[in-house]
Amino acid sequence: MQYMILIYGDEKAYASAPKAAIEQMHVAHMQYGKEMTEKKVMVGGSQLAPTTSATTLRLVGGKPVATDGPFAETKEQLGGYYLIECANLDEAIKWAGRCPSIQGGTIELRPLIKHSM
Amino acid sequence: MREEYGKVLAVLARRCGDLDLAEEVLSEALARAAERWPREGEPERPAAWLTTVARNLLIDRARSTPLEIEWTDAVAEQAQEVAAEAPAEHADFALEDDRLRLLFVCCHPSLNQESQMALALRTLCGLTTREIARAFVQDESATAQRLVRAKRKIREARIPFEVPDAAQLPERIDTVLAVIYLLFNEGYLAHETEPPVRSDLCEQAIRLGKLACDLVRRHVEAQALVALMLLQHARRAARVCDGELVPMEDQDRSLWHAEDIRAGLAWLDDAIACHRAQGCAPRPYLLQAAIAALHNRASASEQTDWLQIASLYDGLLEVLPSPVVELNGAVAHAMAQGPQEGLRRIARLEARGELSGYHLLPAAQADLLRRAGDIAGARDAYARALGLATQPLERRFLERRLHELAA
Repeated sequence: MQYMILIYGDEKAYASAPKAAIEQMHVAHMQYGKEMTEKKVMVGGSQLAPTTSATTLRLVGGKPVATDGPFAETKEQLGGYYLIECANLDEAIKWAGRCPSIQGGTIELRPLIKHSM
Repeated sequence: MREEYGKVLAVLARRCGDLDLAEEVLSEALARAAERWPREGEPERPAAWLTTVARNLLIDRARSTPLEIEWTDAVAEQAQEVAAEAPAEHADFALEDDRLRLLFVCCHPSLNQESQMALALRTLCGLTTREIARAFVQDESATAQRLVRAKRKIREARIPFEVPDAAQLPERIDTVLAVIYLLFNEGYLAHETEPPVRSDLCEQAIRLGKLACDLVRRHVEAQALVALMLLQHARRAARVCDGELVPMEDQDRSLWHAEDIRAGLAWLDDAIACHRAQGCAPRPYLLQAAIAALHNRASASEQTDWLQIASLYDGLLEVLPSPVVELNGAVAHAMAQGPQEGLRRIARLEARGELSGYHLLPAAQADLLRRAGDIAGARDAYARALGLATQPLERRFLERRLHELAA
């Protein structure tokens, strides 16, 4: 069973954080990813560029039109994700709870739906 | 039959990992029982009979329908395994474990509180959707929806039918106990329903509490919670008189249920013995049960050991810091040391503003001012409490007090 770990946080606060703190967070994520890879839990994951770099697309008159900015303005923004493979929700909760970004952020855990072809 | 329902369902749900499917085959098995038992006589072991029929249905189901759930093979495999296992006569051994697993599923932290309570009532206590809807003053279809959504979440997020491991267990048991106590409180003074006291809900909560104790042995807080619920429930007949709420000091104590008090005190003794043997600091349910026991032991209101109750509240405040506990503690201190002491404590609490909007703060002030002889102050405080209270019985009580002071 696959679960998506969605990392939400205040990107403005992140942008203004001291360099050492950001460096520390990177190291913690590397370590976290390494451990999940070793335990064969990790499927994938990445940090996302801030929402200032986001492009939103909608159909206007049947044609996709790109506009500037994120889909929704929120207090906390999606800043990264991991895709993990776990036997059940409790196992996924255990891994998600160890995600370094839980410091100062919020973690959302969502199961993936598997469609049979 | 309700007891059996929960037991059989727990076994089936664990085997197929799908509460919906388990409920479906069990209701079909029940339908067959309704048809055959009157004709052929009730089997000696109804639960075993139902389990056998339901698990055969489960195997058929897994064979014939390509289920869209991902672990179809696993369902089939497990169902085969169940069929191959020892005959149902020996199944009781495994039953308790399965009910424990189901209790943890129902009280999983990823479900919301209403769903946790509804699921526990539906699956472990065997209440119908209609009964649950009535208990929570809800539309039957809304309750049905809530149950459907909760079961879908269990399936889609794959909440495991397992007892949490040692690292998660303490926290998860706390959630289970919190759900049970919420259920009890819903019955103790329902927010909007008539009748305001739902003894049936209280009794279901007590049953679930005892189940938790059976399943997780020597757990002090679980035992203390059962004691607490029994001791509070024991006062049911005296708490409401002619449709009016009666405060504890005015209750006719001869109406208190002696058997429940005896049972509650015995549970508390066990909890205390366990607590001593384990030698850790007392936790909230133990302290609250001890407070309830001191009330129940007093043969008259004046004989209540308020000093000890006040000191238990001080202890409770340390482990469960909350403004509501602080308010109750302030009242206990007032009863032990005079109303002025209580009023001072409440004033400090009021200044912090955490309980603004909570009707029991001015209600407590009013009561203490009345005791101190400050009638004008008391009336003013009762009026403020009335401005905030919504529960009909509590409102009537406050109106009555205000009226008495006017006369």
